[in-house]
Amino acid sequence: MSTMSVLAVDLPYWAQSLLRVLGGLVAVLLPAGTIVYVFLFKMMSFMQSRLGPMEAGPFGSMQLFAEVGKWLQKEDIYPERADKFIFKLAPLIVLASTFLLVAVVPFGPDAWFTNFEAGIFYALAVSSVSVLGILIAGWASANKYSLLGGLRAAGQLIAYELPMILAVIGVVIQAGSMNLQDIVLAQNTGSMFGWDGLGNPYVLTQFVGFVVFMIAVQAELTQAPFDMPIAESELVSGYMTEYSGFRFLIFFIGEFATAGVFAMIASILFLGGWGVPFAWFGWSDIDSIDNWMNIVGPLILFTKMMLVVFVIMWVRFSYPRFREDQLQRFAWKVLIPISLVNIMVTAILKVAF
Amino acid sequence: MTMLTDRQQLSYIAAQAADARVNLELETEGMTLNIGPQHPATHGTLRIIARLDGEQVVWAEPSCGYMHRGYEKLTEVRTFPQVTALINRIDWLGSFANEVPFILAAEKLMGIEAPARAQHIRTILFELSRIANVSLFLGDLGVQLGAITPVFMAFRDREYVLNLIEGATGGRFHPNFDRIGGLKDDLPAGWIDETRSVMKKLRNFCDEIENLLFGNEIFQSRTRGIGVIPRDVAMQYGLSGANLRASGVDWDLRRDQSLPMAWNKVDWKVWTHNDGDSFARCWVRLQEVRESTKIVDQLIETIPAGPVMTKVPRIIKVPEGEAWVATENPLGEMGYYVVSKGDLGPFRVKIRSASFNNMSITPWLLKGVYVPDIITILASLYFILGDIDR
Repeated sequence: MSTMSVLAVDLPYWAQSLLRVLGGLVAVLLPAGTIVYVFLFKMMSFMQSRLGPMEAGPFGSMQLFAEVGKWLQKEDIYPERADKFIFKLAPLIVLASTFLLVAVVPFGPDAWFTNFEAGIFYALAVSSVSVLGILIAGWASANKYSLLGGLRAAGQLIAYELPMILAVIGVVIQAGSMNLQDIVLAQNTGSMFGWDGLGNPYVLTQFVGFVVFMIAVQAELTQAPFDMPIAESELVSGYMTEYSGFRFLIFFIGEFATAGVFAMIASILFLGGWGVPFAWFGWSDIDSIDNWMNIVGPLILFTKMMLVVFVIMWVRFSYPRFREDQLQRFAWKVLIPISLVNIMVTAILKVAF
Repeated sequence: MTMLTDRQQLSYIAAQAADARVNLELETEGMTLNIGPQHPATHGTLRIIARLDGEQVVWAEPSCGYMHRGYEKLTEVRTFPQVTALINRIDWLGSFANEVPFILAAEKLMGIEAPARAQHIRTILFELSRIANVSLFLGDLGVQLGAITPVFMAFRDREYVLNLIEGATGGRFHPNFDRIGGLKDDLPAGWIDETRSVMKKLRNFCDEIENLLFGNEIFQSRTRGIGVIPRDVAMQYGLSGANLRASGVDWDLRRDQSLPMAWNKVDWKVWTHNDGDSFARCWVRLQEVRESTKIVDQLIETIPAGPVMTKVPRIIKVPEGEAWVATENPLGEMGYYVVSKGDLGPFRVKIRSASFNNMSITPWLLKGVYVPDIITILASLYFILGDIDR
């Protein structure tokens, strides 16, 4: 399993590396583009009684490329008193954390970038790297709104790391592994009361954990109702205020690519990931899976990701924003106790059964 | 660089030193945040100078005048009929309502009164402009709080009202329709049926907004108990309109004074709220839109027949005298003190617009709140910049 053998071909090392780089780009940019078009352009317009983009391409599907072209043409402005090196570095750090995240996501039985034993631990750790990017973006912009936005982001993301980790612990206890691939297998080979027609997706047994995780993801992605770091009506654009052109585009891609990757992780942890219940095809373990799952698996994962992103965006478009102190109170007084109780109950049930 | 006198220099240094030690316990450094003149939440070019300790406001002060257009002075070089084109632009979301008190003041000076039909149609258009104005406020409220969907619903349904205003007057935003002695034209055919169906849509819109925003727990936690104006303070600062009624003062110029308008001919209710917080202000405005649709519904059924214009001379000269007429405009009490010397135009016009007085409470109100609450409080006070800087 350690060498990449997609489509049963053994590839040389350089070809594997090339494939991984290309695969990483596709895995980050394709979900980002799809999410922006399907949800940000079309679903949002539908919810708000608008048409959305209609002119560029069929149903405005080329609008995304038009927007990217527009951003690429814009002048690269940085404030006079900005710390230029850090100012330019910040969006790259945010995007890099997305690429680091996608490295552990399994897309199929053999289609992954790395098989990492402490996968989910690593994922939660590197997702916090984006906070660094946001914080230094806020500081380096030499703008008061940016500073407020950056500090808000730091406070918010630290507050929401904890419920997120605690929510995941329930899943880890139940699967008995931190490897994301093992978590997928445990769900799809599992059974509920002897019936294995659905496997055992953890969204059923860990429903509380799922809800807490999704709320924490919403906050981690700084989507409404937790979009205080950006908060257009208060802080103009928060930490992004001074960015223009390509650097803004990188922030923008980073935002939606991270939404996609977190939705993938959520569907891996709670919805069965790339797999279908193994009982359907009579598979028993990972070695007995047919090779076509390496093609179909990513599509299944993509579909589940779109479902999760739909929920994220639905909430984003319909809710007003919390205040910063209310959010902290919500995280520390509501989410963390709930997830601690969830861990306790899960652990007791795990021992009992 | 401008030269400062010694005294100014010293006071500047003292102010800086005081600013640097805002929070004496934690020894944190303060920060002055200029919200505006260019800021998405200020509806134009209002500037709020806020002194912050962390995210808490130590003191805040509005700074107006970035959009001052000098209407009071400009009216002095216009004839009376020309003035309406100017004062349309004061509260640009409810333009027709700006014209009415001025025309009433001029009519009062001339000792004439519009025919009953004109009074009815005036009242209908007045209430329509209130609906157009306040329904946009209800949508905008969502944007200020971070919910982006309500504003599009508001723009969608306000368009129906603007179409009605356009159908009757010819102008969507700036009708310039009111004349001394009556109205420019009669209503077009089919307008009344159209109005009836639009009022139904607007009531649906109010229900939608109530479900989407007012019932939302986040909305309530952001607005309840925030920016509380007690009854006495509201009266001392000269607030008017929904801001005053939300503090529990039952005061509405439409009901409390007798003007040659049609409000006293229909059955409607003045809503008040005892809390005085941001939620109360928004809630009172929501109920106002509902009441306005009811007023319009009843008025269009009872429009009397007759002319829409009394006999006025071709060249209007207003006799010497002074008159004060105020009406309950969408933003609050709006009045004109017109002084005439018997010429073609007014000698002096003092405009009392609601937003200017409503804004005056912000230094008192913003003390100690957080930065996001500045935005909610400003949104719930509901000002329009043209109404502050006339």
